[in-house]
Amino acid sequence: MNTTPTEQAIEVSHLVKSYAGVKAVNDISFTVPRGEIIGFLGPNGAGKSTTMRILTGYLPATSGQVSICGFPVASEADAVKRRVGYMPENNPLPDEMRVSEYLYFRGRLKEVPRRKLGSRIDEVLELCDLKRVRHKIIGKLSKGFRQRVGIAESVLAEPPVIIMDEPTIGLDPHQILIVRDLIASLRGRMTVLISSHILPEIEMTCDRVLIINQGRIVAQGTPADLRREVLGKSAYEIEAAGDLGALPFLLGSIDPGLSVASEGPADALGFRTIRLTTLNLDDAGEAILRACLSEGLRVRALSREHPTLEDVFLAATRRSWDAVAEDPSKGGSK
Amino acid sequence: MRHFFTILGHEVRMLLVSPSTYIAAVAFFLLMGFTFTTILEQYSTAPQDLSPASVFFNYYWFPVIFMVPLLTMKCLAEERRLGTIETLLTSPVTTVEVVLGKYAAAYLLYLIFWASSSGFFYILRRFAGDAHLIDPGPILGGYLFITVSGLFFIAIGVFASSLSRNQSVAGIICVVLLVGIILGGQYLANAPWLDREALLPLKEAVAYAQIAQHREDFTRGVVDMRELLFYLSGTVLALIFSILSVEAKLLHS
Repeated sequence: MNTTPTEQAIEVSHLVKSYAGVKAVNDISFTVPRGEIIGFLGPNGAGKSTTMRILTGYLPATSGQVSICGFPVASEADAVKRRVGYMPENNPLPDEMRVSEYLYFRGRLKEVPRRKLGSRIDEVLELCDLKRVRHKIIGKLSKGFRQRVGIAESVLAEPPVIIMDEPTIGLDPHQILIVRDLIASLRGRMTVLISSHILPEIEMTCDRVLIINQGRIVAQGTPADLRREVLGKSAYEIEAAGDLGALPFLLGSIDPGLSVASEGPADALGFRTIRLTTLNLDDAGEAILRACLSEGLRVRALSREHPTLEDVFLAATRRSWDAVAEDPSKGGSK
Repeated sequence: MRHFFTILGHEVRMLLVSPSTYIAAVAFFLLMGFTFTTILEQYSTAPQDLSPASVFFNYYWFPVIFMVPLLTMKCLAEERRLGTIETLLTSPVTTVEVVLGKYAAAYLLYLIFWASSSGFFYILRRFAGDAHLIDPGPILGGYLFITVSGLFFIAIGVFASSLSRNQSVAGIICVVLLVGIILGGQYLANAPWLDREALLPLKEAVAYAQIAQHREDFTRGVVDMRELLFYLSGTVLALIFSILSVEAKLLHS
């Protein structure tokens, strides 16, 4: 087994997977450098789980190439399986085993040397806060514990690539926090690919985000890039009182694209909430404030809106739905 | 094959915590115990032609038909239903290792059950004090038959389990296959419509696959290579089909 050092931990090019003529994954290409944490987003049925299963070598691809740490999944499945820790969707676990027994069994299967296995199990139990339940039967554990057993299992053999399908599903906020810290602690050492529906999660932990819909990548990049690319505009909210008639002219002098999107009713003190939008992405907050003050407007608050990843996600998926609706002959199965 | 023993150990443990194993064990000992005492009662009233062991092994098919499904129905069906087959096959093990490990575990327990039935003969020897009742030939031949035919029966059970994700469906498929192979052969051997000239090759094949006849030969001490080959080739075939079935299900899932 030669370990050729390649920069890319995961390389996917023109991956296609079809089930009975329906394309679940349609020509996806992306690469993930070593040590990066990447989030995989998409609505239900977008092809996330299918892509992950192909990456682990569990399902064969219809066409295209996938390689993990430089090993092609199709021809060197064994080498790939040794390098991937995988936690499938819904986290299947055998109900009759005890937590430590299960980890021992999985460790043996993953070829962790017998001498090191005991201490390694202690380590992952500590890491995932599972020490209290190590002798409990898995079938009797709560959802949060089961989920963490699955995570512990996937990091057990210290694989260079970890793939987790919805690791935070069904966890309470406190446990989500633990999982997030856990994933963040792997940064730099391991490459992590996680899929999730919980967008703030992805935003906080992931270096990069891939949004897929209907088997295609609709957007990818850092959360900040995505905001810029997908939404393409920035918005400000200002609370001001005074003569607002001159405001549009005033704004035009700062930035021709800046316009009033909406204007709220005046409150008891005469302040209104005004929403401004512009295509220009540079921060114009200071200029707006100065212009307003120079015209004698009383300003109480000014803020720049921070679109969440949720907005990006909705915009990106909507954009891809629209693209499909325009061209019904191609691709779309649903 | 380095993971074979890991999976074997795991599977034996899983079988030992599963209720169906104990149901199988209790039913087996009740049934064979009653059979044995009935045989002894017959022998105590009137002298018989055959040794008790050969009569005892005459009823081998009855426990086989419920014990094999109880031991094997879970092995692959349950993995698929829970989805643990996905974690299992994404670790560096091959489908061959998984299927063989599970097969070997079920076979081991099957042998342990039958081996403990040898206690019956020990008790008989200890208390009857009558050496002619304990003829070692039929006993050894009988156990050899159980060991060899068990290979095939358990393989059929594993194959049935690979066909479905529901363990009861797998169990029923297994019972049907076993009844078809064990009793169907007997039925076909006596079927008059097979006597026609054109069906002669089929008739020969049926005569070859007479499991009851094999048992009789074994207990008489006749170990025929062709009969051994029948079970070994059947085992290999059933296991290959199980492996293919697991892999085919992956392709289409």
